[in-house]
Amino acid sequence: MPGLSIENVTKKFGTVTAVKDVNLQFNTGEMICFLGPSGCGKTTLLRMIAGLDEPTQGTIRFEDQDLTGVPVHQRNIGMVFQSFALFPHLNVGENISYAMRIRGHSRSECEDRARQLLDMVHLPGLEDRKISQLSGGQRQRVAIARALALNPQVFLLDEPMSALDANLREVMQIELRKLQQELGITTVVVTHDQTEAMTMADQIVVMGKAQVLQTGTPMEIYKTPVDKFVAGFIGTSNLLPAKMSGPDSVHVNGAVLNVGGNTGHFAQGDDVLLMTRPEEVFVHHPSDVDVANSVTGTVTFVRDIGATIEILVDCAGHEVISVLTPKDWPNVKVGDQVHVEMPAAACSVLAV
Amino acid sequence: MRALRSIYLALFALYLIGPILVIAAVSFNAKKFLAFPPRGFSFRWYAEVFVANDWFTALKNSLFIAFASASLSVLIAMPVAYFAWRYGLRYAKALLALGVAPFILPPVIMALAFLLFFTGIGLNGLMINVIIAHAVFLLALPLVTISLGLESVDHALIEASQTMGASNAVVFRTVILPIAAPFAFAGFAFCFVLSLNEYIIALMTVGFSVETLPIKIFNALRYGYTPVIASIAVIFMVINIVIFALIARFSNLARILGAME
Amino acid sequence: MQSSALSRYIGLIPSSVMIGAFFVIPFVLILLTSVSTPTDDGGYATGFDLQHFERFLTWFYIERALFSAGLCALIAVLSLLIAYPFTYFLTTFPPRSQTFWLIYILAQLSLSEVLIAFSWQILLSRTAGVANILVWIGVIEKSFAMTPSAGAVVAALVYLTVPFSVLLLFPALSRLDKSLIEASRTLGASPLRTFFTVIIPVTRPAIISGGVTVFVLTLGAIIVPQVLGKPEHWTLSVLITDQAIFNFNMPFASALAVVLLVLSATVIWLVTKFSGKKT
Repeated sequence: MPGLSIENVTKKFGTVTAVKDVNLQFNTGEMICFLGPSGCGKTTLLRMIAGLDEPTQGTIRFEDQDLTGVPVHQRNIGMVFQSFALFPHLNVGENISYAMRIRGHSRSECEDRARQLLDMVHLPGLEDRKISQLSGGQRQRVAIARALALNPQVFLLDEPMSALDANLREVMQIELRKLQQELGITTVVVTHDQTEAMTMADQIVVMGKAQVLQTGTPMEIYKTPVDKFVAGFIGTSNLLPAKMSGPDSVHVNGAVLNVGGNTGHFAQGDDVLLMTRPEEVFVHHPSDVDVANSVTGTVTFVRDIGATIEILVDCAGHEVISVLTPKDWPNVKVGDQVHVEMPAAACSVLAV
Repeated sequence: MRALRSIYLALFALYLIGPILVIAAVSFNAKKFLAFPPRGFSFRWYAEVFVANDWFTALKNSLFIAFASASLSVLIAMPVAYFAWRYGLRYAKALLALGVAPFILPPVIMALAFLLFFTGIGLNGLMINVIIAHAVFLLALPLVTISLGLESVDHALIEASQTMGASNAVVFRTVILPIAAPFAFAGFAFCFVLSLNEYIIALMTVGFSVETLPIKIFNALRYGYTPVIASIAVIFMVINIVIFALIARFSNLARILGAME
Repeated sequence: MQSSALSRYIGLIPSSVMIGAFFVIPFVLILLTSVSTPTDDGGYATGFDLQHFERFLTWFYIERALFSAGLCALIAVLSLLIAYPFTYFLTTFPPRSQTFWLIYILAQLSLSEVLIAFSWQILLSRTAGVANILVWIGVIEKSFAMTPSAGAVVAALVYLTVPFSVLLLFPALSRLDKSLIEASRTLGASPLRTFFTVIIPVTRPAIISGGVTVFVLTLGAIIVPQVLGKPEHWTLSVLITDQAIFNFNMPFASALAVVLLVLSATVIWLVTKFSGKKT
């Protein structure tokens, strides 16, 4: 079923365009991540869905309902703020039942619901705590419980993990994703952390400079980024300048590499970038001959961290990173002239 | 170095508290004349404040005026501070700056201005005059404390409450008011105390018709000294301390006075 | 959206009326009265007559104005000198005793000038004053009254303003980055040297604005000079009260008030300008 849809939405603050002509469509119950660097417009887009900002142009719909122009307090949404925005003058239970209290629900109803939600976020028995007595992780759980109190149609989270330390982040990402799948609620998360997006999202929307650059599942975006910006933003990528030499081959550093069928709309002779992911690139010992689909380079650094080994290779001034498992270890050292194999299936061709 | 610091602090404390202690000692004097060290011990000069009709009337007047003017001052300040903070209205900000001005000027200027104004409109010597005059003169205090209180309200809290279905009025009642209220109370209390102790504006607005305590004391000073004045000084000091202790208890005194959180 | 913007202005109407009617209008009245012309029946009418300012420009009143300015400057300096070290130590006190001192200082600051003048009158009197303590420890033989005198006026005015000085210096000193002091100490400066080369320069703006505020505050003192001083110790504020309440000369009182206003404004302006250039 079509759920959240954003149609031709543009937002200007004075002369600055924060969001430019965005069109997006999602199914009900999906988890969507807006991913991009700070200032790319992802938070503004989220705030427009919430109703905290109104689009300058365009329409925002949920299912068959037009939300444009509906004031924020009349939309059925739940939102978790970056700072969590828990009310300091209310205790945990009162924070969670706030939405119910201002709608005149009875005290016992509010208390029951607060208890139920606290169980759901694994904080049973904390109703009477003051907000100042909570740890960062507990605050986040309370903020999530509070936003879900009235079973909102859309659940919005603005950089929900940024106030947490690294270990807690990973735990909470998994927990949030599980909770969202349990409830089947349409959820939008704004983040600048690609791992977070990859962990949680059904659909990732990569944004840059006020525009949507690419939309797709995490794997689609990882395997076939549309341009070097997206490639650089999602995961680590090796980019080598190349020239199209045939419909499915490129010239790189004097070598010709087969790039499979992923050449898009490029014509022979076009300057392009050859993109590969470090874990799909293999380094071969100098003594190996006839390594197919490879370029040569000099090893500049070797980093062995046990589970994986990272080899940095300088290929005519461009750095290529290869991440190998110990069983593929070619036994090279810094200064060796090596062959870097880039299998056709691992190659993508991007515009310069 | 440590010794020097201790000596200085002791001298400072003596200078600050010494005079008050002398007055306190005098107020417990048993005799009609002022003496230090005191002769005998009695509470008669405290009893006098509540028994002697004229002193008690002055006390009641002062307390009533202080309460009314502090309430009025907070009521005037609240919308100005609120609209200046919430919507950044330029007009509200100008009004805020204007409202702070009377407190910065030497009080005799505002006293004379009120005298000219109230005689000018032909309403001389009414108690409401001094209530309004004090409310306007002391407006800076609730304006500043309420603004401080509002600044401590994170805008995200307001947005959070809106996303949970609160209209503007509900946001004000359930979020902004509870957080800013201690600061408004602090503004009220500052106003109350300063109005209670204020002399020149009271004198020039109602000096010949309503006797407040400071006016009564000044008049009494002209006819020689009575230990009643000492006992009133002690009573006032105690009231002041209690009120500021209340502010410290229910609001953030150090923050109001400009320290960092 | 439009209607709610309108409602914001409607919400400001009562406050605007109060501030307009009871501050702006009375304030303008002073300006108008100061240049009013006398009428035949002894009253005054609106006009533009500078005779009251001409009356001010006699040596008697100019001398009063200069005396007021000099006295206030002296009080500002003394008050800050006494208050500064205390305020610095205060910020190093534990929070509980800090709060205790702040409460006491606020309480004393709020104490009516009438009561402070009275206290010092007692303190300096023959029968109940410090002179008796001096007799008791044998420094002098016979108690004597120390009022009225210039010394009494200065002592009481400093006492009146010290709490203000403490509170005016408190924000800057409590926000002072304490690692600056530690840095200076690790670089080999003694505590005293650190005080004069780091703490004082860093808090200079607060010292200057505090000084100006105490100056203006002292200009407003009315009771202390009257009760503890001789007529030659009266300040402009006392003269204004005298003219308004006892001589019923509103135009001249207003003219003096305008002079006082200009004096305060000039000092504020000069000092902020002077200090602004240096920093």
